[in-house]
Amino acid sequence: MIRSLPNSRTYTLGFKLYIILYFSFLFAPLLVTCILAFNDSQFPALPWKGFTLDWFLANVPGRVGIFHDRINLDSIWVSARVAFFVTILSTTVGTCGAFLFEQESFRFKQSLYFLMIAPLVIPGVILGISILVFSNSLGIFFEESWGLDVRLFGPGFWLVVLGQFSFISTLVTLVVSARLKKFDRTLEEAAMNLGANRFEVIWHITLKFLRPAIISGAAVAFLMSFENFNTTLFLVGPEATLPINLYLQVRDGSTPVINAISFLLILCTSSVALTNLYFSKKQV
Amino acid sequence: MKAFSGKLHIQWTLVCFLTPVVLWLSLLIVLPHIDLLLMSFRTEDDSGRLMWSLSNYMLFFREPIYWLTFVRTAVYSILVTFLTFVIALPVAFYITKVAAPRFQGFLTLLLLLPFWVSELVRVYGWMILLRESGVINHFLLKTGILDRPVEMLYNDVTMIMGLVYTSMLFMVVPLIGVLESLDDSLIEAAYDLGANMWSILIKIIIPHAVPGIVSGSIVVFMLTLGNYLTPNLMGGKNSLWFTEQIYNQFIASFNWNQGSAFGFLLLVLSSLVIWVGLKLTNQKLSKVVK
Repeated sequence: MIRSLPNSRTYTLGFKLYIILYFSFLFAPLLVTCILAFNDSQFPALPWKGFTLDWFLANVPGRVGIFHDRINLDSIWVSARVAFFVTILSTTVGTCGAFLFEQESFRFKQSLYFLMIAPLVIPGVILGISILVFSNSLGIFFEESWGLDVRLFGPGFWLVVLGQFSFISTLVTLVVSARLKKFDRTLEEAAMNLGANRFEVIWHITLKFLRPAIISGAAVAFLMSFENFNTTLFLVGPEATLPINLYLQVRDGSTPVINAISFLLILCTSSVALTNLYFSKKQV
Repeated sequence: MKAFSGKLHIQWTLVCFLTPVVLWLSLLIVLPHIDLLLMSFRTEDDSGRLMWSLSNYMLFFREPIYWLTFVRTAVYSILVTFLTFVIALPVAFYITKVAAPRFQGFLTLLLLLPFWVSELVRVYGWMILLRESGVINHFLLKTGILDRPVEMLYNDVTMIMGLVYTSMLFMVVPLIGVLESLDDSLIEAAYDLGANMWSILIKIIIPHAVPGIVSGSIVVFMLTLGNYLTPNLMGGKNSLWFTEQIYNQFIASFNWNQGSAFGFLLLVLSSLVIWVGLKLTNQKLSKVVK
């Protein structure tokens, strides 16, 4: 049954087999994607035709590696910029949210809290279309009232940032709140008694305490933004983000360059995730 | 005087924290959804002017392709949620209760890793494995089990598997959370009193795990219902997922009013199922999300 109880051999063995199968199921697609990034073949498929780094480095007609592939490199750059702004915005607002719901009291707090977690249960596609529709309405309103043609309201870079920010802020709020709950408020009182005002207390004491949570919230925000597809799909303009760009390529047939990008993505995201985990473990 | 200034400061911090949060929620959540609702009740008349009408919703009920896709998406999402739970429970149980404690951290980490990678990469991996020229077909042909390749993509079973795979993490993590807090001695006591595995599962483990099951199910259900990528790439033309209807109305037909109506129906369905789930199990959303 459990560790401390006697278990039959078949039970233990069966359970182990199940777990091994489960992990193979989990890792098989990633492993195959990575391996085929190094296959010397025009298609991301077996048979194995030898090891090559062409899909990363080559720059000859018919075989352009990722490091020379303008379209994909551009989309990586777009994604990185989107993720940067989403991270800054959602970390700031998420931290404000954590303070608001943990330390302040005001009327309608419960209703506002409910509203704050709503983005987690609204499908991403719906978030995308509602923001698209609303910004379009705003654009029409501005144009008809003042004759202003505001580019910001059309699908494009900033709309993608806002769309992703709308639900990623909730995640950051929850991550930071979890740590703020553990904060010993007598520390604040002590600082107040020593003459600090509320802002000084927050800046010098509470934010210091929250730093690990804010960093890990920011890391989560960056990764979530970098890989977001469903919300971005409806808000994207001429500058495609990486997931959108990859989707278009995968839909219309694929080359090992996609494997090469996937390999780099797997490498980068797992190192960000692992570093994040390492530091959050250390801080506890 | 002192008390007065203290009170004033607290008010100022409240304003500082409240403003960004209220701006965020009103401009990006509340107003867009109100606009979406209004949009769904408008339609163009013959001369191209917008007017109020129910025709977008009427069309949904009149055309079987729309409401059948809707029902199909709902039923499959519930099925995916259930399958995810059935597969994830033993894994969570193994990691928290059976595996040697020194492996626990490592196994949990291993579990989380694939989900940091973009959903697109994971789906792409499955496509390379399963398609007609894919890796699995290659091995089946080599070993002589098959004599010609079989297309394993673009059917319902594959699509369901892909959806289960995609949302697995959001079930396993809450389950690990609740099972960690389950006291081993309860299981030991039941065992000593002669309970078998099945009754321990039904009478002790599952009742204790309800909060985790509910929060995992809500997230998995919502993500599956709103997924566009996996049904589209793994189910192909036969996937008939409702988000694709929304996409078609918005991007292909450019009929935003119709698309808004579909979007709103999906939102109502998702909220309704989540609400029923919470009511049935006597949980609160604010508790479950944590």
